[in-house]
Amino acid sequence: MSGKRDIVLNVNGRDHAIRVEPRRTLVDAIREDCGLTGTHIGCEHGVCGACTVLVDGGPVRACLMFAVQADGKAIRTVEGLASGDELTVLQRAFMEHHGLQCGFCTPGFLMLVTGVLEREPDIGDDELIDVLASNLCRCTGYQNIIKAVRAAARELRAGA
Amino acid sequence: MSVAGTTGWVGRSIRRLEDPALIAGRGRFTADLPAAHRVRFVRSQHAAGRIAKIAAPHGAMVITAADLKDVKPIRPMLHKFDYVPIGQPVLANERVRFVGEAIAAVVAASEAQAEDAVDAIEVDIAPADPVIDARAALAAGAPLVHDEVAGNVIVKGAVETPEFAAARAGADRLVHVEIRSRRQNATPLEPRGGHAVFDPASGRITLTCATQMPHLTRTAIADLLGLPEARLRVVAPDVGGGFGQKMSLAPEYVLLVWLARKLQSSVAWSEDRRENLIASFHSRDQYLTLEGAFDRDAKLVALSADVTVNIGAYSCFPVTGAAEPLMCMVELPGPYDVRGYRCSTRGVVTHTCPVAPYRGVARPAITFALERLMDRAAAAFGLEPSELRRRNLIDRFPYVSATGFTFDEASYVETMELAVKQIDLPAFRARQKEARARGRYLGIGLSTFSERTGYGTPAFAARGMEITPGWETVDIVMDPSGFVEARIGSSPHGQGLRTTLAQIIADEIGVEPRMIRVVHGDTDRTPYGFGTFASRSLVIAGGASLLAARKVRRKLTKIAGHLLEASADDIVLEGGAAKVAGTDRSIPIATLARAAYHQLHRFKGEIEPGVVESATYDPGGTFSNACHVAIVEVDAETGRVTLEKFLAAEDAGRIINPMIVDGQIHGGIAQGIGNALLEEIVYDATGNVLTTTLADFLPPTAREIPPIELHHLETMSEATVTRAKGVGEGGTIGAPAAVINAINDAIAPFGAEINEMPATPQRVRAALRAAEKRP
Repeated sequence: MSGKRDIVLNVNGRDHAIRVEPRRTLVDAIREDCGLTGTHIGCEHGVCGACTVLVDGGPVRACLMFAVQADGKAIRTVEGLASGDELTVLQRAFMEHHGLQCGFCTPGFLMLVTGVLEREPDIGDDELIDVLASNLCRCTGYQNIIKAVRAAARELRAGA
Repeated sequence: MSVAGTTGWVGRSIRRLEDPALIAGRGRFTADLPAAHRVRFVRSQHAAGRIAKIAAPHGAMVITAADLKDVKPIRPMLHKFDYVPIGQPVLANERVRFVGEAIAAVVAASEAQAEDAVDAIEVDIAPADPVIDARAALAAGAPLVHDEVAGNVIVKGAVETPEFAAARAGADRLVHVEIRSRRQNATPLEPRGGHAVFDPASGRITLTCATQMPHLTRTAIADLLGLPEARLRVVAPDVGGGFGQKMSLAPEYVLLVWLARKLQSSVAWSEDRRENLIASFHSRDQYLTLEGAFDRDAKLVALSADVTVNIGAYSCFPVTGAAEPLMCMVELPGPYDVRGYRCSTRGVVTHTCPVAPYRGVARPAITFALERLMDRAAAAFGLEPSELRRRNLIDRFPYVSATGFTFDEASYVETMELAVKQIDLPAFRARQKEARARGRYLGIGLSTFSERTGYGTPAFAARGMEITPGWETVDIVMDPSGFVEARIGSSPHGQGLRTTLAQIIADEIGVEPRMIRVVHGDTDRTPYGFGTFASRSLVIAGGASLLAARKVRRKLTKIAGHLLEASADDIVLEGGAAKVAGTDRSIPIATLARAAYHQLHRFKGEIEPGVVESATYDPGGTFSNACHVAIVEVDAETGRVTLEKFLAAEDAGRIINPMIVDGQIHGGIAQGIGNALLEEIVYDATGNVLTTTLADFLPPTAREIPPIELHHLETMSEATVTRAKGVGEGGTIGAPAAVINAINDAIAPFGAEINEMPATPQRVRAALRAAEKRP
């Protein structure tokens, strides 16, 4: 293996100076080098979206990006959503509308939707389905995820 | 659920107690645990053959079957139905029997290093001819998967009721259908994984793994390694879905425990998605041939079936590969009143990944077959499919079926009438006609079914299983502060059982659900139990929770009677207090608990110390039921199927938490839709799996699942103490039949028909091309 590289991952506003092989994926670095295990690995092929995080504001499959590519970038994970015990509108909506069952895909959906609603707060209901179709959930049949996300989008627009 | 009317928690959509941790990324899944050593497996690239050589690079730590001579093979047992026991070595020993079978384990400091070592290992296999398809495996001269299994049949069953022959002979019309249910994968979003750590102080090993059955996992691994069970602790932490795939013993977990002992350290394995798709457990691979004999009034008088199930290369522990074929045999008549019944069924070994229960087990395929038969019969008699069903559904209770089941009170007819009314069938038929005139092909499909749940000991014993699940135990402990812990042997992994059991207990003992912590998934902390599968936990662990909570209530009222100088019979527990009925005298429940532990002298020897109660529940079983309706549009050029709407009218008895019940049904239906249209594990002729990513094996996304409309009936059956029936599998049992019946309705103008699952665009298009008629 080629030599390790020193990089800094800024995760949820905190710098993590870590040393990684160039081949190390961002999701492995977040989970193992930064110790943030809320981001999950579901397929490592970029299909299921369980590992979705925000990099410089945009949703990224953390299994398809190398950690070195994220050097110096602002990364947000599920652990960074709530401030203390204060959940975000989206997190609350997932709980209120039963948008999660086993909870394994949930961090990926939360980050995907958080990123999209920040960029496109006025996104239409049908476009939201296209966005949600980026990620897989095996428990909910998506009905309550859709309900939760639409409710959160409405609440955010009303509060904006 | 207190007997005297209720302001209770049961029946309310309270928020789940599971959610706050999961929503914040604070869930704890197996792969989150750090380990000193990581394990990767070298897996067979041949479906059949002999291992000639395994050459490892110098310095790599590689474990092979030669190192595991003291480890017994996994050999689940059945004592009936000509079952031939077969053993699965933890690592392939001399022979390989499917692509993906683990041949060697590599241990390294990191996953990447272990994978590098796997790549550097040379495995030389002398390939042999494989047999992949179940019917091919039955042919004379087919290669034998196991030398001791003649004809590759490990189990066979046959049944014929005394009424069958005469009923068939006297029938007005015979209707046939031949069904193929292709191979699928349950695909929990969290793949399997295990973590084993040795404790030098006690000499014990803790295995944390993504399992639905921690206690049976401990039993199995202790047996295979020759350990007393007390030396092993098994923990199921947060588990990211299971759907059956995590209820069978993973050979990999046995190896992890063996390694942790050998290394006196911690070792972990996280299954990757490719391993999950080729080498975890598959499902559903079956052929069914049905014949229905109907009288002139379109009443089914005799049903015969022939079932062949591909169980893969090995038999899964604990239920064995016989689960699917035997369940097909006894449950095939479904919700229909038919006295003449004949069935022969067999489980066949092949050079493919082992098959294990997956949500619905047997019933998605038999419901698909039976509901296709009913639709074909409806067409033959010129009736609406709903009218044919109306004439055949069970409508009197208790009903003893042709295979000897007692059907408790249910609503087969009522749910169908409700579904047909809500979907507005006449309006749809008008719309369908108008669409056809414009060259658009809409179809509606119906599926009525029963979902046998809450199987108790006798139900499993009838199958002759060496390990006979059935009962569950719940221990309820109120601590001196009044906080309640319910320790259960079931092992939920997304079903919300921590919430629903707390609701049941809360109503009995008068405290809020948030004061009740349900503890599960740890063999050190919970009573022995069988786990969570077969839609059993709410029924069985829920029943045990109710019974144990009643004991707690009796104890608390007795204590309160002493302290309030009243009769225990006059005490009611509600709102966190014990009250003397009809007075303003009350005392906080926490004070009762305190007294039970710390002030025993106040009770003159009439109260045992503490508040600790236990109950076991072992029901006879019950049947949930539902009617599903799908509306689809088929693109006659491409074969693409678009679901416009899905509706279900269901009856699972008393609903403990409506929000959670709806979630279970939504999820089950979505899996059923995926099963019906998209999901297929494809083998090539050499036994190689072609679907090794989620871009090839296709679980549905939010785009493929239409809005699902649910309607509920609540038949209060006496069959369970809570009056609740199970609801975990129904969605997946009913949906495939409804969807494929709808496709067939849509393509009927072409004279085309499809009886294969999944009904992929290729297959629908092929059916249309093969059809003779142009509409």
